[in-house]
Parts: sequence; C-alpha cells; structure tokens
Amino acid sequence: MTSTAVVVGASLAGMHAARTLRLEGHEGDIIVLDPDLRAQYDRPPLSKQFLAEDLDPDRIMLQSAREDLGLDVRLGTRATALDLADRRIATQHLDGSLDSVPFDSLVIATGAAARRLPDTAGIAGVHVVRTVDDSLALRADLDAGPRRVVVIGAGFIGGEVAATCRGRGLEVTLAEAMPVPLERALGAAMGEVCARVHVEHGVDVRLATGVERLDTVTDGGVERVVGVHLTDGSLVEADVVVVGIGVSVNTGWLEGSGLTLDDGIVCDDTLLAAPGVAAAGDIARYHSRRFDRSFRIEHWEHAIAGGEAAARRLLAEQRGEAPAVFDPVPWFWSDQYDRKIQLSGRPEATDIARVVHGSVDEFRFVTMYGREGRLVGVLGMNRPRHVIQLRGLIEEGASFDEACARAEAM
Amino acid sequence: MRVVVDFDLCESNAVCMGIAPEIFEVRDDDFLYVLDENPPESMRAKLEESVQRCPKQAISIAED
Ligand SMILES: Cc1cc2nc3c(=O)[nH]c(=O)nc-3n(C[C@H](O)[C@H](O)[C@H](O)COP(=O)(O)OP(=O)(O)OC[C@H]3O[C@@H](n4cnc5c(N)ncnc54)[C@H](O)[C@@H]3O)c2cc1C
Ligand code: SF4
Repeated sequence: MTSTAVVVGASLAGMHAARTLRLEGHEGDIIVLDPDLRAQYDRPPLSKQFLAEDLDPDRIMLQSAREDLGLDVRLGTRATALDLADRRIATQHLDGSLDSVPFDSLVIATGAAARRLPDTAGIAGVHVVRTVDDSLALRADLDAGPRRVVVIGAGFIGGEVAATCRGRGLEVTLAEAMPVPLERALGAAMGEVCARVHVEHGVDVRLATGVERLDTVTDGGVERVVGVHLTDGSLVEADVVVVGIGVSVNTGWLEGSGLTLDDGIVCDDTLLAAPGVAAAGDIARYHSRRFDRSFRIEHWEHAIAGGEAAARRLLAEQRGEAPAVFDPVPWFWSDQYDRKIQLSGRPEATDIARVVHGSVDEFRFVTMYGREGRLVGVLGMNRPRHVIQLRGLIEEGASFDEACARAEAM
Repeated sequence: MRVVVDFDLCESNAVCMGIAPEIFEVRDDDFLYVLDENPPESMRAKLEESVQRCPKQAISIAED
C-alpha cells in the first residue's frame, strides 16, 4: 500500500525532509506546499553575498531543488488549517482558490517570519530580511545610494546587514536596545567583542538605544522614511532602515488544530508532534536531553538535520521501528566583514566564558563556555577548524577544564 | 569516485572536515586542503553528507 506524505514549507527543513523521505524509501506521493513562488532557496546569502553583489536568485537555489526526486512541489499554495482527525490540510492558492490535501504522514516546516516595527507597514525604505523578495527590495534601495542606513537590532542578521552595507561603502548606524548585543546567545563579554568589530569598521554603534519613532515624508502619495528618532534623543537622518529584531514562528495556521503550540510546535525528543506528524527547522521545539533545555534552534545546519530526522521519524513509525532521539549539538556561523563567527553548542549568558586560544583584540580567538563543570559551547572568530573539532567534545559531554586544556594544546 | 571542491565558492568554514576529516582539512592558513581526492567507496556516505552540509554548495562528487 502506498501512502501520501505531505511536507508544509519548501525551504531548508522541508526540502531536506522531502528528499530524505524519497531517498530512504517512501514510495507514495510526496506533496510539498509553500506560498512563496520562489521558495526552495537558501537564506544565509540574503544578508551576505546576495545583498552585496548583483546575484541572480537562481544562484541561491537549494541543492535539493535541483535533484530529480519525483516530488510534487506546489508553490503558491499556503496551508491554512490542519485537521488531524480527518488527516487533511486546507490550502489556499495565491489566486484565491481553496482546496484540501489529504495525508498519511506530515512534516511541518513553516519556519518563521521576520518581526517588524509596529505601524511601519507600507513605509518605503523600511526593510526586513527573510525572503528573496525582501533582499531584492533592500538591494534596490542600497543601489540608489542612501545617505545612511540605520540597522535596528545588532543580532546576527542585523550585524551581517551592517557589515554588507559597510562593504558597499555606505554609512551605517547600528542601534541595539540592549546594553550589549548578543548577550543571550554569547554572554556579555563576547557580545561586547562582536560590537567592537562593527566599531572598528566605522559603524556608528548605539547600545542601549531603541527606536522612538520614524521620521517620514509623504511625496506623491508615498510615505518614505528619512530618519529615525532614537531613544537617546537623537535623530539619525537615513533613507534606509533595516529591522533585525528577531522572528516569530509561522504557527498561525495551526491554531486550534490540537497540536501543542508554545513559541513553536512542541514535539517530543524525536521531533514527533502527533502520531504521523513531525516538525523540523526553525518552527520545531523539542527537549534536548544533552543540554536539559527546551530548544527551538534557528540555525541553517539544524534545519537540515531536523528535516532529515523528521522524515526518518515518520518512516520509523510506518515500519514499526524504534525512533531515534534528535539531539545534535547545534552549529552556527555568521560572516561579518572578514570575520567568520562560528558557534557550536548552546551557551547562555550566565555560563563561564574562557578565551583559550588567540586574542580577542585581534578578533581571532576561541572561547569555551562552561556550565556545571561541563563544556556547553565553543565560539570562534576566524578559527573554524577549532570550532568544528571542539564540537566533538560537547558531543562527548567533556568536562569544562579538560576541554579547555585540550583546546589550549591545539 | 572523485572529490571536487570549487575553491572559488569554498569559504573554509570546516563543516566538511567535521564530517569527513579523512578527506578534508582546514589548516591554520585558513585554507581547505583535500587530503584524499579519490576516497574509497566506504567513504561515500560521509562524502555525500559533506555535499549536503556544505553551506556554500562547494563540494561535488565526480564518478570517473
Ligand atoms: C537573512 C538570513 C541569514 C541567515 N544566515 C544564517 C547563517 O549565516 N548561519 C546559520 O546557521 N543560519 C542562518 N540563517 C538561519 C537559517 O536560514 C534558518 O534557520 C533556516 O532558513 C530555517 O529553515 P526552515 O526551513 O525551518 O524555515 P524557513 O527557511 O523559514 O522556511 C519556511 C518555509 O515555510 C513556508 N511557509 C510559511 N508558512 C506557510 C504555510 N502556512 N503554508 C505553507 N508554507 C508556509 C515559507 O514560505 C518558507 O518557504 C539565516 C536566516 C536569514 C533569514
Ligand atoms: S564545507 Fe564547503 S565551504 Fe566549508 S570548508 Fe568544506 S568545502 Fe569549504
């Protein structure tokens, strides 16, 4: 008997789930739904090379989209509701037509959307960066040679956009509401180092500074940003504003479906959300045994690993095999200027952070994070080999002191 | 099976080295070196994983 698998979301996690289902033995139809007519592209370049150069969207297609996997990919189609009892997904096409798709097994990978500033919809010159269209629109405004770009939020995406804009020779102000950027992800000391990288590259960095309101003019019926009033009382004149204040998960269509939602889809530690239903990527919340924490990870590699694991979880269920626990050590990178920032594990602001290699003043170093005597994270700046090799120690559950000694000897 | 790396795309983030250190090595000069261009068939699964996980799509496998 052949069964139908549906994957909702044709981005990184969804495409890897569909690919794995096919390559690892799912014989029936695999239907992939996504409202984004391009979908199937890679997001990391959107704040880096794609924004910096005049790249064609074809250049950032996902590899899985180029493979012949016999998938039924339905772009322009949004999932609007999930009926678990009837095992059916209601859909709406961009042309307005309504339909429904039955499934036997389901992978949900609808990811997340960029958060925007309230009451700024429709103001020209105000951008977020999540989709190809977002990045194309921002690129067009950068091509026009703005007087200055204000980036709101000095997280990883804000930092990358600031770096790319500097690379294009533009004046940049980077405003961060917290006293130190990235403190939750990297701790205060390392967050401060990341802020200094921007200062060194001529960015006007304003910490503990939020947005009071935008200054706009209306010309020919179009409202356009011309400046930003910051909470430090200053007005920064700028023609482009990029908002990088995090994401909200795309779970709206699942309200009332019976799945447990809590800033993500709550899964068990095998990524199963309900019988025959798994979730993966930015949207999946699960319990990490290794870190004894509830995780929802927004990393590229984690979306691939999750997509693969979700597919295998459903195949195991169909075959009556024991499911595998999903608990990889997270790994993340961010490229800013000529610095490669990489992070293995999952540090928290209260962890011990010890620089074990190189020098923070030269922006070339390795920092180890310890919690309760265990190694929980490795941060590297321009030290990719170390971060990758030391990741294995987190996997092994190495003690912090032993891991630091190993790192110092590298 | 032959390992092909597009060095114009590669940005030396060492992901491949984490998966298949027998084939890939990023050295202290920050360049990637391919240690074994013609790895044995037993390495295929790891090599394919490296192809999938390379953030720059810089690795491919040539069959010759
Ligand atoms: C600008 C940018 C730069 C990044 N840089 C890095 C980086 O350098 N390193 C790193 O590790 N990570 C980076 N990331 C994070 C990484 O790209 C994400 O973790 C990854 O894209 C998550 O994949 P996903 O498939 O879970 O979700 P998404 O990529 O968000 O895809 C979700 C898909 O679901 C679709 N969808 C939404 N709602 C519905 C619906 N109702 N019905 C059907 N389909 C729907 C969407 O259209 C979308 O195609 C970056 C992200 C961005 C935005
Ligand atoms: S994973 Fe790709 S980009 Fe990274 S070092 Fe290997 S080949 Fe280069």
